[in-house]
Amino acid sequence: MTDTQNITLDELSTEGAGTPVIPGMGEEGEQLATELTAGTDATVPGSAETGAVESHVDPSAKVSGADGRAAFGTSRADRISSRELTDFPVLTGREEDWRFTPLQRLAGLHLPDGDQSRLTGTAPSVQVQAQDGITVETVGREDARLGSVLTPDDRVSAAAWNSFEQATVVTVPAELEVGEPIRITVEGTAAEASAQHLLVVVGPHARADVVITHRGSAVVAQNVEFDVQDGAGLTVTSIQAWEDSAVHASAQQAAVAKDATFKHVAISYGGSLVRLTPTARFTGPGAESELYGLYFADAGQHLEQRLFVDHAVPNCTSNVLYKGALQGQDAHTVWVGDVLIRKEAEGTDTYEKNQNLLLSDGARADSVPNLEIETGVIEGAGHASATGRFDEEQLYYLMARGIPESEARKLVVRGFLNEIIQKIGIEDVEQELTEIMETELEVTQL
Amino acid sequence: MSTLEIKDLHVSIETENGPKEILKGVSLTVNTGETHAIMGPNGSGKSTLAATIAGHPRYEVTSGSITLDGEDVLEMDVDERARAGLFLAMQYPVEIPGVTMTNFLRTAKTAIDGEAPSLRHWSKDVKSAMEALKINPEFANRNVNEGFSGGEKKRVEILQLELFKPKFAVLDETDSGLDVDALRVVSEGVNRAQEQNQMGTLLITHYTRILRYIKPDYVHVFVDGQVAESGGPELADRLENEGYVRFETATAGA
Repeated sequence: MTDTQNITLDELSTEGAGTPVIPGMGEEGEQLATELTAGTDATVPGSAETGAVESHVDPSAKVSGADGRAAFGTSRADRISSRELTDFPVLTGREEDWRFTPLQRLAGLHLPDGDQSRLTGTAPSVQVQAQDGITVETVGREDARLGSVLTPDDRVSAAAWNSFEQATVVTVPAELEVGEPIRITVEGTAAEASAQHLLVVVGPHARADVVITHRGSAVVAQNVEFDVQDGAGLTVTSIQAWEDSAVHASAQQAAVAKDATFKHVAISYGGSLVRLTPTARFTGPGAESELYGLYFADAGQHLEQRLFVDHAVPNCTSNVLYKGALQGQDAHTVWVGDVLIRKEAEGTDTYEKNQNLLLSDGARADSVPNLEIETGVIEGAGHASATGRFDEEQLYYLMARGIPESEARKLVVRGFLNEIIQKIGIEDVEQELTEIMETELEVTQL
Repeated sequence: MSTLEIKDLHVSIETENGPKEILKGVSLTVNTGETHAIMGPNGSGKSTLAATIAGHPRYEVTSGSITLDGEDVLEMDVDERARAGLFLAMQYPVEIPGVTMTNFLRTAKTAIDGEAPSLRHWSKDVKSAMEALKINPEFANRNVNEGFSGGEKKRVEILQLELFKPKFAVLDETDSGLDVDALRVVSEGVNRAQEQNQMGTLLITHYTRILRYIKPDYVHVFVDGQVAESGGPELADRLENEGYVRFETATAGA
């Protein structure tokens, strides 16, 4: 067994070889680095799979391992998107986008019995704390606005699309700046596989913060659409605070129009299995998307996030940062970041990064950044992934200021997690999440 | 008075081709209130000496000793050394995302003093020290060193020096990357710390220009992991005129 104690395991970067991707790293030469030099005119499906604590780390596996090879030659642009369930065959688990997911733990959300079945359980309740000026509606599935942004791109999302009865639509009218966050509580009480649909529309030049908190227990496949119109600004915080038994698959897709800004912060720590697929699709030039995420997996939890940023129009900017902490036997996290810069998307500036911190033995973090670049006329494109124990240089710095090692470790972990929490920008939500992370950390023997 | 004593120190680092000796028998005694400048060409081992005093795990002491008033420093962990009164102003301060300066400074001060500082005095001390070093007040709410420029990082190192009040400070190329104004501000900070706390200082530098602001009592020339020559401030003047050529030739001929 390879001793990975105190070593930053892996770093993969296409940008700035002189600047460590993680502060404090790089000088020691301890990382087993595989550098993929991304020519800006080439397609670079960089695939990095970073090892579990107990597995050995073979740098070559990151680029050309048996699993990684499957990624080559398949472009994210070719992925099927459709409302028809039959377009997504019954899953075998060998599909590229399901290979990390334990299908038997999906509790039937993937409709394993065939295309005639539906998700018929009681969907979690949806409560929206209304604000002045915004509209909250419960509509039937025939409402024409539904599906204007989201088209399912996997079987579970298609199952949800074909199963939901009613949807919740939240509309922020043009020009309205909503001062207080719009708080949406999704509360589950049932254990049968169910479907849910939400749509948030932010009109031209309007601004809003939306916080979606998932609580209780549920088995739910969810489609969430964010229609961010010209010049609008939307910050979404999606908190997965489920009880231990919950199973949650959520496709959260945004259409980001001309000069709009979209920020999505995904915080996952509850549930048995949570699989998020956040997507930001640029539909007009000059827009900006930030996708952030924090996941904290305990023993036995499977937390998966597969995000997609689709640069289909010129001069848009995207920034992706996901951070994970893992502790306990069979805690498993998956992060796959697909960024596609299409031929039309000249002037794109994008960066994506995933960092995982392994707090105990027996945990496994998979991390796969995929950057596809179809035009050379871009501002910048980079990706990075790092999975490891502590950043020893950070520990050293804090200890050199008299702070005992155990306290320094806690500061580093808190800091690691806080970086994402700080992105939310809503004081009480940040405060509550900080306290929850403290509780999570208390069970850790750092 | 306190004394930091380094005796016949040999230090190696692990490289791909096995261990490599960087320090080859360094002896140096620094008393509180004294300023020693350690000068030398790049690669002579100056920064290794600094990191070894602080206890960076990369550096292995193969023989020799470092003592602080007779206590064995090499037996202490990194944090114990800091609490014993040693401070290293780092050449490349580390960024710590998610940890605010305010939180960090208070946590470190509490650890070093063994008790939390009085809230009222502490905030005032931090504020006035930041003012004196011309650090923007908003830095208190920013994360430690994150996104700071090279010069800002150096100021923040000296801010800590002033607030933590160590017995001995090792300044590892604090002058590198600073413009003239920043160099003056930072030097004044070091001088204040020295006057107020009778601090002993090991000033590690490649260039003589910082010595216009911080006056050394002793100057040591470091070449190839050893002290090649020691003297008073006049040695620095000579280096300013002649550079390190004289010493490099000596090494080559040895």
